[in-house]
Amino acid sequence: MADKDVDSITGTETTGHEWDGIKELNTPLPKWWLYTFYATIIWGLGYYILYPAWPWLSGYTLGVLGYSSRAQFVETMAAVDEGRVGWINKFEQLELTEIAEDPELLQYAMAGGRSIFAENCAPCHGSNGAGAPAYPVLVDDDWLWGGTLEDIHTTVMYGVRGDHDEARYSEMPAFGVDELLEPDQISAVADYVLSLSGSGTVNEDGKVIFEEQCIACHGEDAKGVTDLGGPNLTDQIWLYGGTKEDIVAQITTPRHGVMPPMGARLDDAEVKQVTIYVHSLGGGQ
Amino acid sequence: MATAETAFTGNAKQQRSPSTPMATEPPAPANQPMYASRPEIYPRSVKGAFRKLKWAGLWVLLGLYYIGPWLRWDRGPGAPDQALLIDMPGRRAYFFGLEIWPQEIYYITGLLILGAVGLFLVTAWAGRVWCGFTCPQTVWTDLFMWVERKIEGDRNARMRLDKGPLTASKTFKKVTKHIAWLFIALVTGGAWIMYFTDAPTFVVDFVTGQASTALYGFTALFTATTYVLAGWAREQVCIYMCPWPRFQGAMFDEDSLIVTYEEWRGEPRGGARKNQSFEGRGHCVDCGMCWQVCPTGVDIRKGQQMACIGCALCVDACNNIMDRFGLPGDLITYDSINNQLARAKGEPTRKRWFRPRILVYIGVLTIVASIMVFSLATRSRLEVNVLRDRSPLFVKLSDGDIRNGYTFKILNMEREAKTYTLTTDGINGATMAVIGHQKESVPTVELPVKPDDVAPFRIFVTAPRAALDGKSTDLDFVLTDNHTGEIVEHATVFAGPGQ
Repeated sequence: MADKDVDSITGTETTGHEWDGIKELNTPLPKWWLYTFYATIIWGLGYYILYPAWPWLSGYTLGVLGYSSRAQFVETMAAVDEGRVGWINKFEQLELTEIAEDPELLQYAMAGGRSIFAENCAPCHGSNGAGAPAYPVLVDDDWLWGGTLEDIHTTVMYGVRGDHDEARYSEMPAFGVDELLEPDQISAVADYVLSLSGSGTVNEDGKVIFEEQCIACHGEDAKGVTDLGGPNLTDQIWLYGGTKEDIVAQITTPRHGVMPPMGARLDDAEVKQVTIYVHSLGGGQ
Repeated sequence: MATAETAFTGNAKQQRSPSTPMATEPPAPANQPMYASRPEIYPRSVKGAFRKLKWAGLWVLLGLYYIGPWLRWDRGPGAPDQALLIDMPGRRAYFFGLEIWPQEIYYITGLLILGAVGLFLVTAWAGRVWCGFTCPQTVWTDLFMWVERKIEGDRNARMRLDKGPLTASKTFKKVTKHIAWLFIALVTGGAWIMYFTDAPTFVVDFVTGQASTALYGFTALFTATTYVLAGWAREQVCIYMCPWPRFQGAMFDEDSLIVTYEEWRGEPRGGARKNQSFEGRGHCVDCGMCWQVCPTGVDIRKGQQMACIGCALCVDACNNIMDRFGLPGDLITYDSINNQLARAKGEPTRKRWFRPRILVYIGVLTIVASIMVFSLATRSRLEVNVLRDRSPLFVKLSDGDIRNGYTFKILNMEREAKTYTLTTDGINGATMAVIGHQKESVPTVELPVKPDDVAPFRIFVTAPRAALDGKSTDLDFVLTDNHTGEIVEHATVFAGPGQ
């Protein structure tokens, strides 16, 4: 090496490069920076030894500690499951009413039920059970198949018109398409149905037809038969719409919603949680 | 040190530099680097009135700080009995009989304004009293310096020790000093944590290794800051880190009390023997005591400067010397610039306590303090938060009525169980059902709340459709405290299907 060129003003060595009389100072790195840098190198080496680091063609170095993020995940999930066991047991053993009366279990069911509902039920029944056209609202006080904890549990467990043997089942005859009633008869009975909930006037012809054809499922007072899934026709809630056109359409070619048996994809404890959650939405009986 | 001859012949102002601490360094080149390394400061011990005041302040302030967390205050069962406590997990702050909820955090703003304006007022009146006597940086540095002096000796002994070779005795002294510093720092950091957790429990847990990692971590953090700031950084905090010295000059005027050197009397300075005549020369004997006792290493004879924290130890040092020479005291004085000028001209001095800026500061202080006291005295210990359901916005019931859901939170900030009566106003025929409390929908419900608690209620309000006014109808919740009759109203809206 030639003589070191030292800048006279700062007393710092220069790199020896010079451009148009301007020289570049070779200021040394601060010591603390340098030592920190060395320390990180040593730290890095330790990391290579302890943890998975270097890939090769068909795998990678495993590291002395044998750590893997996948194993850690499995471990964490196992710990979560373990923490749940006590709760799950209680949910499986206790009756719905017992669970609903225990504040701690109720809180657990509400939290669990909320996420189960959001994942499994909300696509049809709307977020928080707000319902959707042709899909029942779960927050009101009108229940096709009953609004007690037991009723809701059965519906959730086995579904409606699904392929489960115990599924809720009802079917309204297609009065129009199957030519059971003439169009003017359907119109008359639709007028009568409307008058049941206070709109329009009573259509006497419709009343006669209604008493012949409809009271078996909708009840003599037209307030519905929960056991048969016959809807209440005297209230303000219409699953398929409450105008005369809607009613005529439903009598002519009835629509029938289908709900899958949730027992097939949820375990008992989950079904109980979501039942309690639905019951609490505002319509539980 | 300048000799008497040179001081007599030359212009005193140009000859001042030899007695500054910076003078021991080589002369700086014309293009010196921006960075100046810190000259080690070895403050000499001093006795005098201001030193006594500083000791008194130190013991009182440290006493308050260390004893504070141990004061007890009975708040009844279920509540912490620590007089001063900021309970982060419990979301409460306790100050003796006062209990602050998170919603009332704006009181902190009031306290900060009071602190700031109070600082302005004291500074305008009496100079850097905060910096020189009460700032934690000053108090702990003073304490650390005292420990240092007890172990390593006074200024000259410490300078000799640092220059000398590393002997067993030097090692012992240094190690002892740092252990003592670390111990004080640990007690300081620990005491800080005690303001945030129950002090007796914390001490037991800390010693037995039961405290949480967070508590150990924070204790270590505040131990480290105390040790580094008071042991190592010292005056650099005041000169380089703290913003306050940089702008407090704006609070001063000619009548503020500040530490100054009476140049008219002191110059021309020069060395002196006892009983010599001071005829025709200044009273400053250039002994250098003023800058040797200075904790920030400034020479006050250079005039008012930012690094001077106004601790007035140089006043004590100079007065001791003046006594010895039989000269009048207060050559370095804690007085206003106006008085100094008056003395120079032989005019009488006067104290002007009430100047316009002082009156403004007092006015602001009074207003802010009054607002604080008023709002604290009249603050409501009952609050409600109402959250309306947005999904679904409303529910149509089978009889055609419309129902809205609300989450209704009652904040009972008193330490007794309460029952409240809730009614609504604005919609005729509106009724309420409360999950877990009221099954049938009724116009008036009773809601119980535990002491010092936030109680959330799920409330369903049902209203006949005919009473509704389009898609959104104004609705007021009216909550009445059954014990005191206090009423809280909360305005919200009731959603409906519209026409």
